[in-house]
Amino acid sequence: MAASANSFRSKYRAASDHFVTGLAILATVLVVVPLVAIFVYLLLKGASSLNLDFFLKNPVPEGESGGGMANAIVGSGVLLGIASLIGVPIGIGAGIYLAEFGRGTRLANAVRFTADVLNGVPSIVMGLAAYSLIVIPQQHFSALSGGVALGIMMIPTVARTTEEMLLMVPNMIREAALGLGLSNWQSVLSITVKTASPGIITGCMLAFARVAGETAPLIFTALGNAFYSTNPNRPIEALPLQIWVYATGPYEDQHRLAWAGALVLIVLIVLAVSLVRYVTSRGVLKGAS
Amino acid sequence: MPEIRVSQPPTQSPPKVSVSERAAEPQKEISAVRQFLNTRGNSAFADRAFRSLMVLCALSIFGIVLLILSELILRSGHAWHQFGLKFFFQTPGHDRYSGEPTFWDPVNGSFSALPFVYGTLVSSFLSLLISVPLAVGLAIFLTEMCPRVLRGPLAFITELLAAIPSIIYGLWAVFVLVPLLREHVNPLLVKYLGWTGLFAADNPTGLGYVAAAVILAIMILPIISSLTREVMTAVPHSQREAVLALGATRWEMIRMGVLRNARIGIVGAVILGLGRALGETMAVTMVIGNTPQISKSLLANGSSMASVIANEFAEAVSDLHRSSLIEIGLALFIVTIIVNALARLLVWMVTRGAPARAH
Repeated sequence: MAASANSFRSKYRAASDHFVTGLAILATVLVVVPLVAIFVYLLLKGASSLNLDFFLKNPVPEGESGGGMANAIVGSGVLLGIASLIGVPIGIGAGIYLAEFGRGTRLANAVRFTADVLNGVPSIVMGLAAYSLIVIPQQHFSALSGGVALGIMMIPTVARTTEEMLLMVPNMIREAALGLGLSNWQSVLSITVKTASPGIITGCMLAFARVAGETAPLIFTALGNAFYSTNPNRPIEALPLQIWVYATGPYEDQHRLAWAGALVLIVLIVLAVSLVRYVTSRGVLKGAS
Repeated sequence: MPEIRVSQPPTQSPPKVSVSERAAEPQKEISAVRQFLNTRGNSAFADRAFRSLMVLCALSIFGIVLLILSELILRSGHAWHQFGLKFFFQTPGHDRYSGEPTFWDPVNGSFSALPFVYGTLVSSFLSLLISVPLAVGLAIFLTEMCPRVLRGPLAFITELLAAIPSIIYGLWAVFVLVPLLREHVNPLLVKYLGWTGLFAADNPTGLGYVAAAVILAIMILPIISSLTREVMTAVPHSQREAVLALGATRWEMIRMGVLRNARIGIVGAVILGLGRALGETMAVTMVIGNTPQISKSLLANGSSMASVIANEFAEAVSDLHRSSLIEIGLALFIVTIIVNALARLLVWMVTRGAPARAH
């Protein structure tokens, strides 16, 4: 009797083990298959809609066929340029502080924590902040306000990746630089940061790619513009804004342009993510150690 | 410079020179090392300046949070004085003709955030309900069962999907997900679960809370799953080995050795996903239907806090309207700050002992 109870028990345990393994595999399939399907669908749909006009022509009036998103691409470029001017230097500076000066201090922990929390703040709130900071005093929508909103969003990402990359630089290199009589700031800038620079650059690219797809903070800062413009003081078009307008509109031709725009954004993202992965895993930094 | 030093006779040693003579010509007595250092400049000032510049950059992160907070509080003052705390709890008026409650009436200047809070909560929790079991299952598979060959690509795909902008998920949802729900899924929900009253068949568009929850679930899945994976990897191997050595099966090992140790961090990951879902704007705006109403039916059109800001802010009709929208934004900001801080603390409690690890 005891033996059969035991064998029942072990069978039950083995069965539940198999059952859970099956469940985990099922969950993986349920997650991965739709995600891959979405991804492939986007690629195919985008690729069939993309042509040279997309990059070279401005939008045509609603209902007409043809046209492209040249103004939106240039506009996104202007916005991202402004954003990088704000986000990259401050972000790298904060990252250098976290990795080189503040290691283990209470202030550094607080900064790191705040950066992570700031990273989770909804992008639309950033838009509201930029609106009340810049649009209200200026009395008009502008590319500048959109760029500021995006720039603020870049700071936490750039800071955290910079810190992570600097921490990967072995301590021996810092000691060698100081031992040769370099002052601290020279050692940080020309030795540590330079060693980690491939990683820092890809980190900046990742932040860049992330904010390139942001729509919510631009709706009431950059506003959108049907015409070609590079003036930072005027409303400007951006790729994600244009996708939003076109996707929610009724015209088939505009839907096609929206898919093409989505493909451009996705390619940007894929490039950035794979670069980061390459740098961190294949060990571009390992040459230093 | 060094050649001159060498050519000088070695007899000119310091003991021969009297104190007064040294004081008279101090420049000639500077040593080679000191001279070399002088040509390099004084690093004390540069070092301090560089350091304080970096500290300033770091402190600017605090500054940004405070700046956002103060700006939002300042600009939402009008709505706050008008409605007070009732803004989030009360229905301000009733329609003159139909007698139905009106929550959001820009024309008559009566505003209440209640339907938006409701929409945000319903869509977020519904999306957690869908995504958490799948995300934890995926994380268990990836950390404990997956063959090494598959691990890299699967992790890469989830990472990639976490980085895709929400506008693209929205685009996909509008053209693929919503028609799919409208044609195939919603009729089934109405047929088999209609008796609960949660699924009414009166919305032919396919938009609504369910559509928003599904797209949110797809979007937060990679985030929850990758953080859960991080937490589970941080559980020391000795725990697993100890449980296995006692004769446990793999599932028992995962349950007792891994999940029990990682549970706080997993809760943190789920809360972080919740934070993302609460503030997600574009994809939700495109599929939730954008109607300021509270309905029991999950298939009805709704509206969320973020979506109403995205839809109405650029065309706000009055100062009070704009101020009310900013107050909703302020609430969203404070809630997401609290939720994110909580989540980070929980994750940190589990992973702090583990060595730093590249992605």
